[in-house]
Amino acid sequence: MSDNGPVQVRCPVLNVRRVDAYYAITVVAPGIAERFRSGQFVSVSVGGDHSSTLLRRPFAIHDVKPDYGGTVEFLFSVRGTGTAWLAERRSRDLLDVVGPLGRPFPLPRDPVNCVLVGGGSGSAPLFPLAQSLRRRGCRVDFVLGAASADRVFSAITARRVAETAVFTTDDGSFGTRGRVTDVLGRVIEEARSDVVYACGPMPMLRAVTAVAGTHGIPVQVSVEETMACGTGICMTCVVPVVGDDGITRMVRSCVDGPVFRGEQVRFDDVGSIPFDALGAPGWKGSSAARAAESARDIA
Amino acid sequence: MNADLRTRLGGLDLPNPVVTAAGCAGAGRELAQFFDVAQIGAVTTKSVMLEPHAGRPAPRMAETPSGMLSTTGMQGPGVDVFLQRDLPWLLSRGGRAIVSIAGAGVGEFGELARRVSDAEGVSAIEVNLSCANHADPAGRYFADDPAQAAAVVQTVRSHARSDLPVLAKLSADVPDVVDLAGACVAARADGLTMINTVRGMAVDSRTLRPAVAGGMGGLSGPALRPIAVGCVYRVHEALPDVPIIGVGGVRTGADVIEFMAAGASAVAVGTVNFSDPSACARVLREFTEALDARGIARARDLVGAAHRPGTGV
Repeated sequence: MSDNGPVQVRCPVLNVRRVDAYYAITVVAPGIAERFRSGQFVSVSVGGDHSSTLLRRPFAIHDVKPDYGGTVEFLFSVRGTGTAWLAERRSRDLLDVVGPLGRPFPLPRDPVNCVLVGGGSGSAPLFPLAQSLRRRGCRVDFVLGAASADRVFSAITARRVAETAVFTTDDGSFGTRGRVTDVLGRVIEEARSDVVYACGPMPMLRAVTAVAGTHGIPVQVSVEETMACGTGICMTCVVPVVGDDGITRMVRSCVDGPVFRGEQVRFDDVGSIPFDALGAPGWKGSSAARAAESARDIA
Repeated sequence: MNADLRTRLGGLDLPNPVVTAAGCAGAGRELAQFFDVAQIGAVTTKSVMLEPHAGRPAPRMAETPSGMLSTTGMQGPGVDVFLQRDLPWLLSRGGRAIVSIAGAGVGEFGELARRVSDAEGVSAIEVNLSCANHADPAGRYFADDPAQAAAVVQTVRSHARSDLPVLAKLSADVPDVVDLAGACVAARADGLTMINTVRGMAVDSRTLRPAVAGGMGGLSGPALRPIAVGCVYRVHEALPDVPIIGVGGVRTGADVIEFMAAGASAVAVGTVNFSDPSACARVLREFTEALDARGIARARDLVGAAHRPGTGV
């Protein structure tokens, strides 16, 4: 219904392939490819039109290409019946895809030094981001971590597109043994980084935000929260986020995110309703808070 | 041939019987990215409360076979923001608004009814008596007790503008839905919406913990449809003149026919909006095609057809 909003399309599958411990699926979706900006995601129906598996699966977009009329690629691991069904798709099968969804990563106006930090399959959306940043003349450094060597996604590509690429694994099977945050401070100093972009599990985003804070640089995080609709109506994917007005709101990670400024996400309160959040039990909002809420537009 | 799709809910005339279910479409703004909200019968807005509510903690959702379990806890900005921001948007797009209200007590329902009545352009008020997401500390809802439900409906009716239809949204989690329906109609509900989510639980087999925060959630989706159709059928049989919006697991145009034959005058699309944001427009198209294919000239002739064996349509 609009030129830049999401669209729902039945997309032919171009191919499904294994990449490290993951699957990558490429679909032909010109409308989504041309609207896409780094950090956005798609939601995909699984199991067919009359499946008992009702809810869509959200996946960060890993790549878009103009060839074959506009293709979109996303990454997934087989975790349940829905993703197992996706892994069995073959070329020319049709997939019902909605996208692009969510707010993208904000890009710096000027050429600055950027560190991109990813955990496991959370690294996927960082690759189109790296390309966008490089096109703007930014320096890009990668820090990628995972449980084991086979779950570090696309190390070769990271080495190719970035100035430097550092890898960590929990078991030490690849790169440095440990967490991404064990090496992040050193990378920030050596690369003289101005900004951090991070994508992965909540505990990792929380730790990365803390490291960026100690170096006094901003961090953009893409959160992972369970969602049912991806379009902003079901209200299930909320996270506590402090607005520029200082008011904490339970905001939807699908349409108000998934990208937020790290220091605005109340990581310690994820999974709870902070006592001072707008509308929390016992909340007594000021008239200023109420006015701010009325004036605030929604996506 | 193009069937006449018009339907009537008490004093409310709708161009067609496909509406959205409360809590499954926001106030229409997000779904409007995928279809024209003026095209469907009405948008039933997410239940609005008097004050802003932050809702329940995450995780708020778990997928279940042909359904989902949810516990959002009625998160919303409160009636002031709704009336200033969301309702005008919906009306500006030509949408018809059935405004769902949820009070924490009987008095709040009255205040909400008055405030919503004062706003221009509202088509009807739906009284949420039974949201599984918002209960008293003991886990009871207004709908659990027909007398309590009737007290709420009576309060809403007395505070609402007299020409504004009041619809009572019923739960299936009661000993006898016909008793509950009768009590609400006696309290001057103009129509009934049934059913709401059904209380349920899922336990994560890995963590051995309830899958949604707080344990219990509201089950929705196609898994509910036979329960909802059964409730609509029984209540239409007992109260054939009372208009009903059928809700519960509507996924296709054929499901609309099923609900209408059981006795519904309109049918709400709920959880399926989450999985298919174009669902309302698709269901309306499929319903229209099904009527034409069967040579049914008027949608309203379907209402209660299942109660008239042999007559067919």
